[in-house]
Amino acid sequence: MALEIAGISPRRLAARMVAGIDGPLLALSLALVALGLATLFSASFENPGRVSAQLANLAVALTAMWLVAQIPPQTLMRFAVPAYLCGVALLIAVALAGDVVNGARRWLHLGVTRFQPSEMMKLALPLMLAWYFHRNEADLRLRDFAIATLLLAVPVLLIARQPDLGTAVLVAAAGCYVIFFAGVGWKVLAALGVLGLASLVPLWGMLHDYQRRRILTLIDPTQDPLGAGYHTIQSTIAVGSGGLTGKGWLHGTQTHLEFIPERHTDFIFAVFSEEFGLIGNAALLVLYTLLIARGLMIAANAATFFARLVAASITLIFFTYAFVNMGMVSGILPVVGVPLPFLSYGGTALMTLFIGIGILMSIHSHRRLVQT
Amino acid sequence: MNLGELKNHEKELHFFQLRIGFAGFAVLAAFALLFARFFHLQVLQHDTYASKAEENRISIVPIAPNRGLILDRNGVVLARNYSAYTLEIFPARVKDLENTIQALAELVEIQAKDRSRFRKLHAEVRNAESLPIRTRLSDEEVARFAANRYRFPGVDIKARLFRQYPYGDIASHVVGYIGRINHKDQEKLAELEVEANYRGTDYIGKGGLEASYQQELHGTTGFEQVEIDAGGRGIRTLARTPAQAGNNVTLTLDIRLQEIAEAAFGRRRGALVALEPATGGVLAFVSKPGFDPNLFVDGIDPASWAELNNSPDRPLTNRAIAGIYPPGSTFKPYMAMAALELGKRTQKSAINDPGYFEFGGRRFRDSKKGGHGHVDLYNSIVKSSDTFYYQLANDMGIDAIAGFMGKFGFGAKTGIDLEGEALGVLPSPEWKHKRFRRPEQQKWYAGETISIGIGQGYNAYTPIQLAMALATLAANGDMYRPHLASYIDDQRTGERRHIQPALVRRVALNPDNVEFVKRAMAGVNREGTGARAFGSAEYTSGGKTGTAQVIGMKQGEKYDEAKVSERHRDHSLFIVFAPVENPRIALAVIVENGGFGARAAAPIARTVLDYYLLGKVPADDSAGAAANGDEEESD
Repeated sequence: MALEIAGISPRRLAARMVAGIDGPLLALSLALVALGLATLFSASFENPGRVSAQLANLAVALTAMWLVAQIPPQTLMRFAVPAYLCGVALLIAVALAGDVVNGARRWLHLGVTRFQPSEMMKLALPLMLAWYFHRNEADLRLRDFAIATLLLAVPVLLIARQPDLGTAVLVAAAGCYVIFFAGVGWKVLAALGVLGLASLVPLWGMLHDYQRRRILTLIDPTQDPLGAGYHTIQSTIAVGSGGLTGKGWLHGTQTHLEFIPERHTDFIFAVFSEEFGLIGNAALLVLYTLLIARGLMIAANAATFFARLVAASITLIFFTYAFVNMGMVSGILPVVGVPLPFLSYGGTALMTLFIGIGILMSIHSHRRLVQT
Repeated sequence: MNLGELKNHEKELHFFQLRIGFAGFAVLAAFALLFARFFHLQVLQHDTYASKAEENRISIVPIAPNRGLILDRNGVVLARNYSAYTLEIFPARVKDLENTIQALAELVEIQAKDRSRFRKLHAEVRNAESLPIRTRLSDEEVARFAANRYRFPGVDIKARLFRQYPYGDIASHVVGYIGRINHKDQEKLAELEVEANYRGTDYIGKGGLEASYQQELHGTTGFEQVEIDAGGRGIRTLARTPAQAGNNVTLTLDIRLQEIAEAAFGRRRGALVALEPATGGVLAFVSKPGFDPNLFVDGIDPASWAELNNSPDRPLTNRAIAGIYPPGSTFKPYMAMAALELGKRTQKSAINDPGYFEFGGRRFRDSKKGGHGHVDLYNSIVKSSDTFYYQLANDMGIDAIAGFMGKFGFGAKTGIDLEGEALGVLPSPEWKHKRFRRPEQQKWYAGETISIGIGQGYNAYTPIQLAMALATLAANGDMYRPHLASYIDDQRTGERRHIQPALVRRVALNPDNVEFVKRAMAGVNREGTGARAFGSAEYTSGGKTGTAQVIGMKQGEKYDEAKVSERHRDHSLFIVFAPVENPRIALAVIVENGGFGARAAAPIARTVLDYYLLGKVPADDSAGAAANGDEEESD
């Protein structure tokens, strides 16, 4: 194992501690987190407390990862249905009694803290669908895919109604990946694709003004330079002005003159890109590619149908986050609230990501237990 | 596992791995696309974006617009702006706030009040560029700081516009106040999609007209292109789009009349609303006690805030629209109107009043011991007979009463252009069913209808509702929505937008009956319970006194135990319109715990009408003297 535990603990304890931890996955995700912390340090020159706060988030997230990595996939499977039902129930509760922030009803009050049930769905939905397909593994018919689509549609529509289009798209993607890997036929897939495109028309009508504006602004950001287009214009300038080698760490002018909005969270990639340039971006892409490759490998070697589906879908979710976020910052995708995985500031997102990593690790370490 | 299944399993695994391969390929393709985009931006277009980033040394600085003025109907300024220097701290750029403030205190005077206000702002305000530690610096202080400025990075002097309310607590509940934009305001602005226009704006209307006409008063933010150095400090201005000042709002209210009305209250608590029956324009709008809105302008200090918030007099509650009171006998003219319209009584109907009405073995007593003897409908209003209306309410039934009173706007929001209006309670079986939980409480008992007839029981209305109902009666059934704004001067177009009188409804009333009730109300002021206050008036008027019991009517707040007895004295009410033939003003006044309506409330109404109709300014103390009438007056 690549990980070393300080050296002071007895060997067996060390062995117990690292049991189930996958070295490559941990190394890759920590490398990404390290890049994130460096960028965050540069981005939060006016509030250095953010870096230590993110370190605290990281400690919590790593603990969660370690715990999840100890849970065998079979046990995880038992959580699938309750987690899904609980998530849907909470989403309904949000729709009925949630807190409205920025015109969207996303938060649920739980005594002292607020909680976004849609965040939980990012993992609960793929688990649920994988559970469903696993149960009917022997004989999957079109009907099963229809039911799976329904299971997917309920939470996605509830989230889209909040309205939180970004999260709805991500949760939908997570579900679609499971359906895809479960083996839905190419023809059905094509039909669904067409149906999806056709549903864009009525969906446009359902969109809130600010969401439409974001999409229209993508086509021509200069339309609204002080409002919705501002993010895209400034982040594109940051990326472009970074050049091949970047302006150097702590030297991004866009960042330090405060032209980049939300530079700690959704737009942290603009800061990274400005200071580290194309070379930095390439390195980042390579890290993500390696992480995803490792994830897909774990999926390909997983013991059960359930484990395969979950592993593949979680891995592709990492990809989706990264792609949508970098696409949005570089101005080829609309501005939706998607953080850059492992780099963006924020405890909840980090938690979800590392729980995902934990699941992958568990699947990997249990890859042979069932087969023999 | 048999061979077939195994084969099937292998086939499936193979199929899955094929899809994994496909997914991997898609990931590579997508990342290649991103890389192409990065290459395009960072290599091919690098020069363009590098120069754009360079140009980005030009910062766009918002210029906050001047807030619109609020003026009374004669153009007297009620809310204006003035410019003053403030000493401001950029919390993000200062490492040790406490030490910095300590050092600043050696240069300019910084009181404990300033410090606690700063701490409060620092905790509350989000995304603040800079926060004031001291406002209204003297020229000497400005000079002293300027000489030492180099010692204080992140501290600067700014010229800011301040809101000022020259009349202080006069009309404070009308004008309202402004305060720092807080999280909640920010969310509201985001919902209204006007955030961009509030960049650079620190203050927002928090109460009264300042809040309800916020969008008019605010104006349009201008922008200045400023060249900034690498540290972000401005070097020179390159271009400028001036801000567009907010619109001026002119009111229907007459501040002289308002002053006289407030003075007539003295130190008593209560509310008064005077309306123009033909338009719904508000002529005077009192809620006593008021507060000094100037305290809020640069952030209220915690001590003053606690004092205002914890005072048992509740100076921050706008009693005129949010205070609910039983109307007492001022309800009787409407009851008489209902009886005539619904055919339950004629103008000739009369009873013999023994001093009580018996129902279900219980005696409902008249406020006059022994009763009024023979009382007809006219005298039931003039002398304010309770027995007459106990009986009438019992004959009409609660549904008929609630149905008729609803048309006069009782128990409904009037729609006045202020926020925070209360609903009040128009009692009905449906209301009671909704209000209470336990089935035995939800049921309406016939005995409960009886005290409704004299404006007691569950009856509870806001002063503005009482005024609007009276204005409707005065205008023979035409009900206009009350409004404080008369017109708005649009600063951009230069046009003047008049607030048109908004007819809410025409209450269909028989003119004969209207005439009768008005005549009876004129009788009140000529020979009845209002004669003491209005007998000597040089104009005709129609009024009605009212006394509302506080005990047993626990809709409102909990009172301080120690003061219970004083605060459980009856409320004194009076409604009056004048002149009778062609009413120009209709008003409702309530004096909390003021005792009989004729004693406390009616003289205030008289003072207001004397000024409005005759231009008579009261000699000092007249209202106070009138308040000391004898106690035997019946109501």
